[in-house]
Amino acid sequence: MTTDVITDINEAEQGSSLWHDAWLRLRKNKLALFGGVTLLVFIIIAILTPLIAPYSYETQNLDLGATPPSAAHWLGTDIFGRDLLTQIMYGGRISLAVGFVATSVALVIGITWGAIAGYVGGRVDAVMMRLVDILYALPFMIFIVLLMVVFGRNVLLLFLAIGAVEWLTMARIMRSQVQQLRQQEFVEAAISLGLPPSTIIRRHLIPNALGPIIVYTTLTIPSVMLLEAFLSFLGLGIQPPQTSWGLLISYGAETMEEFPWLLIFPGLALTLTLFSLNFLGDGLRDALDVRRSKD
Amino acid sequence: MSLLEVNDLQVSFVTRMGTNKAVDGISFSVDTGKITAIIGESGSGKSVACYSMLGLIPQPPGRIDGGEALFEGQDLLQMSEAQLREIRGRDIAMIFQDPMTCLNPFMTIGKQLMEPLLYHKDVSKEQAKERAIELLEEVGIRDPEDTFENFPHQFSGGMRQRVMIAMALINEPKLLIADEPTTALDVTIQAQILKLIAELQTKRDIGVIFISHDLAVVADIADQIIVMQQGKVVEGGDSQHIFHNAEHPYTKKLLAAIPADSKAPMEGKPEPIIQVRNLCTWFEQGKHKEPVKAVNDVSFDINRGEVLGLVGESGSGKSTIGRSLLRLVPVTSGQVSFDGTEVTELQGNNLKKFRRRMQMIFQDPFASLNPRMTVFDTLAEPLLLHGIETKKTVSNGVLKLMDDVGLARNFVRKYPHEFSGGQRQRIAIGRALATNPEFVVADEPVSALDVTIQAQILDLMQDLGKEYGLTMLFVSHDLAVVRHLADRILVLYKGEIVEQGTGDDLFERPQQEYTKQLLQSIPGRALLS
Repeated sequence: MTTDVITDINEAEQGSSLWHDAWLRLRKNKLALFGGVTLLVFIIIAILTPLIAPYSYETQNLDLGATPPSAAHWLGTDIFGRDLLTQIMYGGRISLAVGFVATSVALVIGITWGAIAGYVGGRVDAVMMRLVDILYALPFMIFIVLLMVVFGRNVLLLFLAIGAVEWLTMARIMRSQVQQLRQQEFVEAAISLGLPPSTIIRRHLIPNALGPIIVYTTLTIPSVMLLEAFLSFLGLGIQPPQTSWGLLISYGAETMEEFPWLLIFPGLALTLTLFSLNFLGDGLRDALDVRRSKD
Repeated sequence: MSLLEVNDLQVSFVTRMGTNKAVDGISFSVDTGKITAIIGESGSGKSVACYSMLGLIPQPPGRIDGGEALFEGQDLLQMSEAQLREIRGRDIAMIFQDPMTCLNPFMTIGKQLMEPLLYHKDVSKEQAKERAIELLEEVGIRDPEDTFENFPHQFSGGMRQRVMIAMALINEPKLLIADEPTTALDVTIQAQILKLIAELQTKRDIGVIFISHDLAVVADIADQIIVMQQGKVVEGGDSQHIFHNAEHPYTKKLLAAIPADSKAPMEGKPEPIIQVRNLCTWFEQGKHKEPVKAVNDVSFDINRGEVLGLVGESGSGKSTIGRSLLRLVPVTSGQVSFDGTEVTELQGNNLKKFRRRMQMIFQDPFASLNPRMTVFDTLAEPLLLHGIETKKTVSNGVLKLMDDVGLARNFVRKYPHEFSGGQRQRIAIGRALATNPEFVVADEPVSALDVTIQAQILDLMQDLGKEYGLTMLFVSHDLAVVRHLADRILVLYKGEIVEQGTGDDLFERPQQEYTKQLLQSIPGRALLS
């Protein structure tokens, strides 16, 4: 601990110290950092894929057929002779986009909805949460099929549809967190200072509710990616020749015995992403928990 | 031979941060038929010392480094877990601070009472029940046969503590260890429980260790007092000796922390800043139930520059009055005027402007600070919100507040959990004063603090009150503290004002039965006069 007398605080202008301190702590967590860097690399590759992909993802080479990894095709080719590396790269674009966009949609709607319901309480809360219950009760598949029928098949719509289903649980978690926090005296103190409800929710409630939200988010992203695979498999999502990790894995699983690499490599890509997400999520949760020691 | 003789007991906790000596070579003895009080602040090692003898501290991180604890000549520290289990509950029994968490909410009182008896002694169920009912009667539970089948939540706090005492006594222990048994209770109930413990001790001729942070509480009942600080015994001896001829500076400090004076009356002509008329704050209980009338038809004035004390037991509505004035709970009916403005009707921006002029200091400094905000963020928030400082100048404002409440400037980037209770309360006071308010509601601001820290915070509040020219509503259950601080006192009972007057009026010439009863309950009355 320093004992020098502080006369001015320059960092003050740099915004919220919670996030600043969280970043300092996160930087020291090797695993979380590894997760973050891996994800970042995957995202950059996904963005640059059209420029750097070794082959075209559409071009079939039926004469070649399925070949194991070689110098020309690093990860081998599928039964139509398409380069697997290229497919995984293009598949990553879809999978990562679905994962992050749908989860972001879920996060934004869920946190806002849950925080408002939990904070305002009473009749507003009752109405808002009954709406959530009703949406919960709607059969998910019918909901998606309806959307597809009405608006036509569209990747963006798919993102929104998945996000629109995933936010329900997020809202419930957020609401119960906020309800607990709302009883605390520091919220009362904020009210007596004259802070408007929106600021109280943003500055006092959400930062304290982040722990469970982050954990649930890291669980949501992979489940969203798998959901996309499931929908695509049913013909409601991505259609060939477009592909995604989920689709690659399900095709790979069918031919697992003859051409194991068709399952192994897409599987590896997905697994690595999930691991990275979990490490990063755990790291973020710890970093945001200021009660952990600062070592 | 003493019943319990502790020699050079040493206990430490091993954590990642290093080894922390919680109990550092203490020695004391407890005699049959005597009450020995162990006094110390939180962290002084008073509870750890007693728990470690009974094998009740988790090891690791706890570690007993040495010493002996001879109970009837046998060293407790050398015993196996099985032997200790035989002694716990049979020869040595314990009562804890919070009677609610110590009783199983899903088991009837009767079943829980019979359990230790059936476990330790070879008795039939009928005999056990008979014994349990006898004991409930002895500890002052009315109609024990009817309440035998009741669950803990059907009892009040005081009654639950009586049940706990009955449970502790059921196996006729020779030594009773009471760990802050009255801290969670109201003053009047506290007085009853203290009396009960003293009576039972005399009647049964057993030894009692009474652990407390408050010298005043044990003043009337302890035969012997041991004062602990930072794991060491700083002074020990006969209680009369401690109270009248204390030698160690720490003991003197503890004694000095018991407020014993009345505030001098205010000078000048009183000018009411707040006028409360027929205030009612009721809480709805659902459609078919009577609402809880927390505050019922209360009228009073608060004069500019005055400290108005508000005393009463829990449930008397004293906190609700404070919160009603600040519009933190919705008012059912009545008027509150603040400097000529009707507060109950304010909305939107007018309400915000008004909030700047009225602030609150809360009871629990662990709950009243946002754990994810640094001292800087906490103090800067009101300054920026009300435009008192701009983003450029806010750091000066924050540092000035920290100076005012006596916090070192280098703490500015720290989070609440890194502070002690007293320091946290200083932050909370700083936040309340940030808007330069005219009126502050202090809701039990020192109840959660250690005695010596209490005195510091009260001094600070008095000084700042003068400096900022504050009018204060001081809510407390502690009459001595209120008398020390307040110009006038209101006594509240079940949501209504039963008596009001200056400190001297109430203490010397109480008019109402209830006020007299409250005064009777103040622990350590002998010390006050």
